Amino acid sequence: MMTEVLLALPVALPLLAAGPAAALPRYPAARRGLPLAVTAAVLATGLALLAETADGSVHTVRMGDWRAGIAISFAADAFGALLLCTLSFLVLLCLCYAAATGDDREPVFAPLVLVLSAGVYGVLLTADLFNLFVLVEVALAPSYVLLTMGGGGSPRNTAGRIYITVSLLASTLFLCGVALLYGVTGSVQLGALAGAAADSPATAAAGAVVLLALGVKAAVVPVHGWLPRSYPHASPAVTALLSGLLTKAGLFALFRLYAVVYGGDRDYLWLLLAAAWLSMVTGVLGALGEREIRPILVFDMVSQTGFVLLGLALFTADSLTAAVFYLVQYVLVNTALLMCSGAVELTRGTDHLDRIGGLARREPLLTTVFVTAALSLAGLPPLSGFVAKLALLRAAALADHWVTVGVTVTVSLLTLLAMLRIWTAGFAGPPATPEPDDTLGPPGPFRHRHGQEHGRGHGRGHGSGRGGPERDRAPAGGRSARPAVPPPGLGASAHSPAPVLGPGAGMVRSPIRPGLLLPAAVLTVCSLLLGTVAAEPLLDIAETAAGHLVDPARWTEAVTAS
Amino acid sequence: MSTALAAGVLAAGGVFLILRAELLRAILGFMLLGHAVNLVFLASGGLHRRAAPLLDRHDPQAASDPLPQAFVLTAVVITFGITVLLLAVLRASRTPSGPPPGTEGTGGTEGTEGTEGTEDTDAPDAGGRPAAPGHGRGPAG
Repeated sequence: MMTEVLLALPVALPLLAAGPAAALPRYPAARRGLPLAVTAAVLATGLALLAETADGSVHTVRMGDWRAGIAISFAADAFGALLLCTLSFLVLLCLCYAAATGDDREPVFAPLVLVLSAGVYGVLLTADLFNLFVLVEVALAPSYVLLTMGGGGSPRNTAGRIYITVSLLASTLFLCGVALLYGVTGSVQLGALAGAAADSPATAAAGAVVLLALGVKAAVVPVHGWLPRSYPHASPAVTALLSGLLTKAGLFALFRLYAVVYGGDRDYLWLLLAAAWLSMVTGVLGALGEREIRPILVFDMVSQTGFVLLGLALFTADSLTAAVFYLVQYVLVNTALLMCSGAVELTRGTDHLDRIGGLARREPLLTTVFVTAALSLAGLPPLSGFVAKLALLRAAALADHWVTVGVTVTVSLLTLLAMLRIWTAGFAGPPATPEPDDTLGPPGPFRHRHGQEHGRGHGRGHGSGRGGPERDRAPAGGRSARPAVPPPGLGASAHSPAPVLGPGAGMVRSPIRPGLLLPAAVLTVCSLLLGTVAAEPLLDIAETAAGHLVDPARWTEAVTAS
Repeated sequence: MSTALAAGVLAAGGVFLILRAELLRAILGFMLLGHAVNLVFLASGGLHRRAAPLLDRHDPQAASDPLPQAFVLTAVVITFGITVLLLAVLRASRTPSGPPPGTEGTGGTEGTEGTEGTEDTDAPDAGGRPAAPGHGRGPAG
């Protein structure tokens, strides 16, 4: 009884709270506190579920106590519960981060985040294909608004258009796949579909349409193009939130579907393997080609998705354990990095590697957090990324996939290279202007910023559009609607931005507020813990989770039992 | 057979429209594509059984499958919501200063959008017109 209530809470609580959150825009404390409290409650629920499922048991609930097959059923196993904990923890930190960046001053922010998170939690718990579609839509619809929030005719609108149209196309495809599956099998219950695709090629073809749609959501390579074009243009807090939740929910659904509906059929694994390799290589090469921190990180997400997918493509108990571990730790690390880049962008007005520089000397906390997280992403020893990559390599070696081992090592090295580029240009390098302003007081920063503005007037339209001046953006929280391009008559007059900068000029180059870095620091500490003392327990849970994927019998039994 | 043809024609038209650069056309394309998927859904329940699936009034063998109808209903609602949102994005990207969509009357503006949409088809739309200030083209004319 208790578990049944627990299973409904992660979806019900945020949805119920979204209404009041939308009705309370005038009370900042309530607006900020309500989502935090709800997410903390979901995190507690997730931990309770994880404690219940850590022994490999599966808990289900049928809403309204209808018969199995008719009821909307939710099921929690170790995989779902583990990700529920991870993602709700992430939402909690993203909310703190949004409070620091000021994004949550937008009245729609809190309710949208609540609905978004409810959808994502639902994806982790649902046991029905059509509900999966509905919950994915519940998660996506707020993301459309969040992504375009606070922007006028800026590149953000273009990014929003790409994002919405691609997502909508994928959703239509998803729906079409569900229809085909229903036509072929006569059911959309995952329990009833267990192993169906392994037996009949027609079901496999119908399921492939669903898998393709999920691949778009997860940004797997042949269909990843929307990700680097849309995420870097959202406000930093939104990017951190969306990248932590949405693509991961897609990956989770891919894992669950392939394990249950295809029964891990070996005939199609080569396709997944090819997609995983392509994602790893394409993502990291794209990251190496970018010149701004956030696009680098976003492109690298594609590469990391490939690593996780690799675990599915090998489909052994070891590789799935590694994939679950990888997914959990990489979500944390990636979000930490995106938060750091967002902090740089908000404080400096840009995250272009040519325009920042010398961060290491000025921002010790940022440097520590960023470098730790970046090394974890690349997979260096005392951190969680190392354990994850080692487990993945071991699984690939045990399965005699030596090419995969080679690709994994190469891509890891290239990831390290991408991170080193950020380090050399952004952190270690000299300040971006010739003036030795680091020895001066407030006037120095002002002059520096001045020069930067001047440079930007002539600079590429892309850079100036993406990173609007911080001053404009601060009140609304969102990115400003494209800084005014100076009219030709005035040239790129250095005086035009001066009145804007004047009052708070001293603040422009003030150090990054600790509030902006605290959530990232917490995530980095988690990565450090997961790489050392907490690695063993997490690997144990990941092994239990992988057990349900390798042999979904227990899961399907629990879901179909009446 | 006729359902398959209808779904195919709708999907073809939808894909053709989505591949156009103009967002308004893409939105119309999504509508067509949504209809195509809805037809596929209805067909998946079996089209030869058409009796109302109500209580005991009909033989279950002859009654139509209510599940796909429920699915289609859900899908229609979702598609409608997203379509409206897309129209709002379209409108926001047309307005240089970017006031929140819907602040003006909606009845008259949609007509304007439509005519503007046809004008814009020659413009290379490789990623939206950022509508820079001074471009000289406002939605209200």
